[in-house]
Amino acid sequence: MSSKEMIAMLLAGGQGSRLGVLTSDVAKPAVAFGGKYRIIDFPLSNCINSGIDTVGVLTQYQPLALNRHIGIGTPWDLDRNNGGVSVLPPYERSDNSEWYSGTANAIYQNLKYMESYNPEYVLILSGDHIYKMDYEAMLDFHKQNQADVTIAVLPVPMEEASRFGIVVTDDNKRITEFEEKPAHPKSNLASMGIYIFSWPVLKQALTALKDQQNCDFGKHIIPYCHENGKRIFAYEFNGYWKDVGTLGSYWQANMELINLIPEFNLYEEFWKIYTKQDKIEPHYIGPDAEVGRAIIGAGDQIYGKVFGSVLSAGVIVEEGAVVKDSIIMKDTVIKKGAYIEKSIIAENCEIGENARIGVGEEAESKLNPKIYSFGLATIGDDSVIPANVTIGKNTAIKGVTVPEDYQDGVLPGGGYLIKAGEQA
Amino acid sequence: MKALGIILAGGNSTRMKELSKKRAIAAMPIACSYRAIDFALSNMTNSNIQTVAVLSQYNARSLNEHLNSSKWWNFGRKQGGLFVFTPTVTSENNWWYRGTADAMWQNIDFLKKRHEPYVVITSGDCVCKCDFGPIIDYHIQKQADITVVCTKAPEWDDISRFGTVKIDDNGLISNFEEKPMIAHSNIVSTGTYIIRRRKLIELLEQCNAEGRYNFVTDILIRYEGMKKVYGYMLNSYWSNIASLNSYFRTNMDFLKKDVRDFFFAKEPKIYSKARDLPPAKFNQDAKVRDSLIGSGTIINSVVENSVIFKNVFIGNNTVIKNSIVLDGAYIGDNVRVENCIVESNETLLSDTSYVGDDQIKIVIENNNRLGI
Repeated sequence: MSSKEMIAMLLAGGQGSRLGVLTSDVAKPAVAFGGKYRIIDFPLSNCINSGIDTVGVLTQYQPLALNRHIGIGTPWDLDRNNGGVSVLPPYERSDNSEWYSGTANAIYQNLKYMESYNPEYVLILSGDHIYKMDYEAMLDFHKQNQADVTIAVLPVPMEEASRFGIVVTDDNKRITEFEEKPAHPKSNLASMGIYIFSWPVLKQALTALKDQQNCDFGKHIIPYCHENGKRIFAYEFNGYWKDVGTLGSYWQANMELINLIPEFNLYEEFWKIYTKQDKIEPHYIGPDAEVGRAIIGAGDQIYGKVFGSVLSAGVIVEEGAVVKDSIIMKDTVIKKGAYIEKSIIAENCEIGENARIGVGEEAESKLNPKIYSFGLATIGDDSVIPANVTIGKNTAIKGVTVPEDYQDGVLPGGGYLIKAGEQA
Repeated sequence: MKALGIILAGGNSTRMKELSKKRAIAAMPIACSYRAIDFALSNMTNSNIQTVAVLSQYNARSLNEHLNSSKWWNFGRKQGGLFVFTPTVTSENNWWYRGTADAMWQNIDFLKKRHEPYVVITSGDCVCKCDFGPIIDYHIQKQADITVVCTKAPEWDDISRFGTVKIDDNGLISNFEEKPMIAHSNIVSTGTYIIRRRKLIELLEQCNAEGRYNFVTDILIRYEGMKKVYGYMLNSYWSNIASLNSYFRTNMDFLKKDVRDFFFAKEPKIYSKARDLPPAKFNQDAKVRDSLIGSGTIINSVVENSVIFKNVFIGNNTVIKNSIVLDGAYIGDNVRVENCIVESNETLLSDTSYVGDDQIKIVIENNNRLGI
């Protein structure tokens, strides 16, 4: 029987609804990041760099882009004879078929997958954070403490601690108390949603709580282990860790990469981040182009001006077009004379000539002010913007739009045009 | 699987000057993202040729490093695969490859064991996109013994370093001259040949028995008139990079839109080994015009009309014009580089100047970059 010391289970089924139209057609872990990557590349690369060669990726929401990206795991060296990457979608059973209804429920439904590797430890990860972390060091910590469960925690500023799930530890880093978004936090250690379980403990807890509705690690499994006197430890992580769950934080994290010496450095040789790269050719900067403070992806063709922006592979910026403080994803074409400011434009879009995007006064979003509220214009995958239109701030567009959609050629601030995909 | 492939990648050329010190010609970097042999390998795999032997000899290590996995070119299959053959000592043979025919003869067991009816022989130092399928069909239709893929030599290139041919109306090659002092034709052999596998085995054995070792002079030219040798014209971009001038020109050609569209945008694609570098980064004072930039490169100053390869660092107040900067080079502050090829992984100290005047200058500066 095969036996792996530690296997990883990566939760990648979530929609990430706070990313609005960016996740209309793709699960959040498949959203592009940093001019080359997708969010899931970070935990997957961390796994292989930490010596974990068996990873189950749990998918549910809109998995096509994710499945295509992961393939058989070649980019991460996870194409293995024994182990490697397995995509684990929910499946039908003769009785009681169900979707994944919570993080722990999803893991419970894949008990057989984990059992087949006979692991000593199971690492639970989520596919929506940007960070580099050595899970092997965390496992060493787990072993040293003879822990049953180890939770990775991040020190956050005390004044922000009430936004997080906070753990309180004793001098030996053993967790004594949990507080979910406490008004008066007793500690500033926030849970990162990364857990190492000793396999028998995980199996027992999942089985005991199998009938729990929407069974969740934070809400059910960890409290259950705590109540049963399991040894739960906090592993403090002090590196860069970014939640890119909102459009604002997603935009911010991308923009930080442009800094002269970014806090999150992708240019170090150590701890490489791997990804599926379908474009390998160089990019071309045209004779009249201007590019400064920018990340430019493979195969891009820049004839216009690009400042303060992150461009993924295969983007074309035509003559006279200007891209400022924006994120432009794969294969999008910005036609002549277009002006784009503080926008997020997803993959494979076409921006018509002389269109102006992200201009004018800020106005509250009529679609969902909780999502579209950072002064950003957000355009989903495969959208088309006709020539000569003006699009304001806090706007959302998804699908092929035509001039008739724009009253007097304008989509004012806070407006939206959702013509395809799921309602964001 | 009508054919198997042989890529001749053994050569070295003094025409490459210092650039060939580090690597085999087939391992020369091209257009930021590729090595010369990627074009031959991609042409093979894109023509559904799944079994390919690379014959290498000079500085084989440089090539082997690039070929450390065959999966980037979609080889590594149960049906077929990529084989790298360097000369080995056996009980019968302790020679290096004494020529192209000898290189193949020394691996004749490989040819004998296979079952594909045809062999495509090509060279590892040409930049082109070529579908071998229609050429094999042409070869069959003409009932040729050998088909030579020919092309019009680029006008700027030195024809005397090629084999020139004359092709008659039926496609027969009437006059094959190897590296002529005075060329009688501007049609040159691209170094790609189609031949029946059994015919190749027969010719190689005969050639070896006579103590002859060169495919072009000892087989193609020697059998002219006796064998039916046909020419097939390749009418798309083709360049042989095995001279300093043509290496420079070929890289610079990628600044032209039609060349980029042909190689980068048009399917099928050219494949290469994945390097997993981050995208290129332009800092505040970057001023880049009419240039190609590879992944992982960081730019802080002026670059014009140049090809900057991968993982290059360019410091402040530096000016790079009309130059090629190969992988991993580090260029300090206040440096001037003009009409140069900066060799890979070299370190150019701050406040220096490198200008090639009437000729392309090769910059090799093995400085210590730590402490800059």
